[in-house]
Amino acid sequence: MSKDENLVEDKMQIDQHDSDRLQKNVPDGFSEDYLKVYYGKLFPCVDIYRWLSYGNDGKHPACDQSYFGRREFSFTLENDIYLRFLSFNNVVEMESSIRKKCPFKIDIGPVYTVDPAKRRAYAQGGNNVFSPIERELVFDIDMSDYDDVRYCCSGADVCLDCWPLMNVAIKVLDMSLREDFGFNHILWVYSGRRGVHCWVCDGRARRLRDEQRASIAEYFHVNKGGENNAKKVNLTGAVLHPFLARSYTEVLKDSFEKKMLLSQKLFASEDRFQKILQIIPDDSIASELLDKWQGNRRSSISKEDVNVSRWEQLKHVLQSGKHKVQGLRRCVEEIIFTYTFPRLDMEVSKHMNHLLKAPFCVHPKTGRICVPIDPNDCDDFDPTTVPTLSQLIEELNMSNKRSESEEDWERTSLRKSIEIFRSFLSALLKSCKKEINSNVRQSTDARNW
Amino acid sequence: MEIVRSQREPTHSAASTTSAKLSFYRSAPALEVRLEDFELYAIDRLRVLQGISDGLSRGKKPEEMEKLVLLLSTSPPRDELRKWFLSMETSLFRYRFRLESPESQRSLMSEFQLPYKAISRAEFETVKEKLNQVARSIGQPLNADTLFFKAPFEEVPELFAGRRVFLQKGFAYVAMHQVVSLVATQFRSNLSKCLVLTNRKWTSTIRDTERDRLAPIIEALSTGYLGPDYSQPKNSAEISLKDINGQASSSFPLCMRHLFDKLRETHHLKHGGRMQLGLFLKGVGLRLEDALLFWKSEFSQKVLQIVGAERFDKEYAYSIRHNYGKEGKRTDYTPYSCQKVISSTPSTGDHHGCPYRHFSEENLRAALTKMGVCGRSVDGILDKVRNKHYQIACTLTFEAIHDAPYDSGINHPNQYFDASRKILQNKMEST
Repeated sequence: MSKDENLVEDKMQIDQHDSDRLQKNVPDGFSEDYLKVYYGKLFPCVDIYRWLSYGNDGKHPACDQSYFGRREFSFTLENDIYLRFLSFNNVVEMESSIRKKCPFKIDIGPVYTVDPAKRRAYAQGGNNVFSPIERELVFDIDMSDYDDVRYCCSGADVCLDCWPLMNVAIKVLDMSLREDFGFNHILWVYSGRRGVHCWVCDGRARRLRDEQRASIAEYFHVNKGGENNAKKVNLTGAVLHPFLARSYTEVLKDSFEKKMLLSQKLFASEDRFQKILQIIPDDSIASELLDKWQGNRRSSISKEDVNVSRWEQLKHVLQSGKHKVQGLRRCVEEIIFTYTFPRLDMEVSKHMNHLLKAPFCVHPKTGRICVPIDPNDCDDFDPTTVPTLSQLIEELNMSNKRSESEEDWERTSLRKSIEIFRSFLSALLKSCKKEINSNVRQSTDARNW
Repeated sequence: MEIVRSQREPTHSAASTTSAKLSFYRSAPALEVRLEDFELYAIDRLRVLQGISDGLSRGKKPEEMEKLVLLLSTSPPRDELRKWFLSMETSLFRYRFRLESPESQRSLMSEFQLPYKAISRAEFETVKEKLNQVARSIGQPLNADTLFFKAPFEEVPELFAGRRVFLQKGFAYVAMHQVVSLVATQFRSNLSKCLVLTNRKWTSTIRDTERDRLAPIIEALSTGYLGPDYSQPKNSAEISLKDINGQASSSFPLCMRHLFDKLRETHHLKHGGRMQLGLFLKGVGLRLEDALLFWKSEFSQKVLQIVGAERFDKEYAYSIRHNYGKEGKRTDYTPYSCQKVISSTPSTGDHHGCPYRHFSEENLRAALTKMGVCGRSVDGILDKVRNKHYQIACTLTFEAIHDAPYDSGINHPNQYFDASRKILQNKMEST
């Protein structure tokens, strides 16, 4: 397309002559010019369209042609202008609207009973005919919710020391969504700065009502209590529920003892170990340990890390069974759960009409692309090396198409991410096709009176 | 269903469902009701449901007529009202179902045609260990012949939310004694559909004249249900900015007092806190203009400096105006009731929620002492808290501070405030 060629040419000129100007105005290489190129050449609009059509873009007579058009999108434009209840009848409309408006953020909402753009026509008589009917089950995990258990960063920052907490969340949730709830089509996405989003796309998940979503969020809710509760995890009962037990033995224990304990130096200073001692319900044990550690001069040059040795001491005291105190039984687990178990934003998951950022958006503050994460590979995911918008544009400019059929993203760092997405997509669409072909849909109960 | 104006006796035509005591709303019974009786039955039923709501329980009354009537009376939908009605009716159903023997429960379940089968011996063996684990984790150990049912997890949200059942590949394994939950969910869903269909019938088939006669009764009933929701504060109760400090220490319930103090201290509140406190202040009578001034001055010390006036107006001021129904779809949001506050989920950095539920004992004791509650009363309050009677604990706090009994029980933070103002005003007038 000649239009695009001009764009590239302009881009190269901009790069050569105006890069200074751009760099000055643009934090982390995010700019509207770059974004335009991104939407023109790299943003996988067609793949996203195929995803959200769930097979209804096919030719089968059972395909619902209106399905995609009933999905709500929202755009956040420059200057915080916010457009809600947008919808598109097909991929061409969607692509051209995105390219034209160049939104800084794209959010995905639910599929409604009718086209959201026409909702006012249906709002008569108080009969709520305009309502959400399908929506992926979603989760949002944000690193700032872990600020009370990480010391390397706080707020908007993340680093390789605290990021493993996200991996714990991904593994625990992914395993449970598959094993316990029977879901299969789960997409994990980097949120662009300090967290991850999860999209559960099975038909059964999309048809869940608000109450059931809230219950699933509650099933995953272990860290309870606001700022005013020193002890946020209470594991009562003689044994743990199988979900908690499995999470503990397969993910949490090792993550705590082999990673977080050391990277966060949880026992290295008094205010840090005091926080842990506060969780112990017995004051005498807590003060016994406090005395030991406060006066500790570490006379011998011990090879062992102080965090590891103190943790071992604590475990020994709690698990020795010497102290017959109620509430001690699960104290070790409670500490580990407090410091590692996933913390979800409950409100995001509870409501069908919640809007969530689309994958492959660019985060305006960091310039990073919201790329999918392969849950089987998440330990290798590095948030500090996720491709940025400016990086991708540069890669585009620095190389040439190797063959006619090659797509632009194939010669950039975005390649791997799109391949992850497509692999998720092909499995999903295969199952959607099956569902449409056999027309297995829960019919709403039509009771004849 | 027909509303009859004559003196004819009401007749039962067409059977409802099978059990004489427990109906399941699989289809609508066809009945006729006299207009005069309509109101009586409706009010009677209201009392039963309100009784459950207040933790009391009345005797059994004849079912069919009242249920029908109440279906109709909740038809002008206020979503809150419908939700409340569904919860109360479901509680009533659950209570009655539990009273039945296990054999009777099983036969009722098959009568209701619920598609859950007891699992086979073979299947039981494969999951036995996990079922045992779950049972022990909730302190309800299995015995040799505990029967289990398998149901899709969607059917038992409260059971799996509390991790009280074993889940595997999308199915929940429900013990016999938990079966009530299964049945109650089905009941609730049936009843909900009945409401929708009745409402449609009402709007489409009831003649205008009859609608005019019934409408005032229905209106009266429907507003009687929930009590005041404090969305329209009385003019005389308007609070001004200069009064706010004084009234906060004397008349705010602990949940709002805590938020208010934190706001004053740190000059910031997260979203949950802004909503809970902001709507409460609206209910108390704080006008929109004063609210904007209030929040802006509180935030000026910190947030405003960081985000700047323009962004403050865009984000924070926008949401304050939104709460007052001046933006977006212009819903006039109602201040949170105790139930809503108690069920919030504050997390790191949050100060909202119900202190009786969300504070540690130590913090709660300190907060109550700061409010001026004496030691012995604090002990009594903490005792209620341990038994999860959060609203009773708040009522005791009220009584301790105002040195006066409060029999109605606190259901709403604005109720606490209004009651407090009333007592203080009476005291002032009598001196």
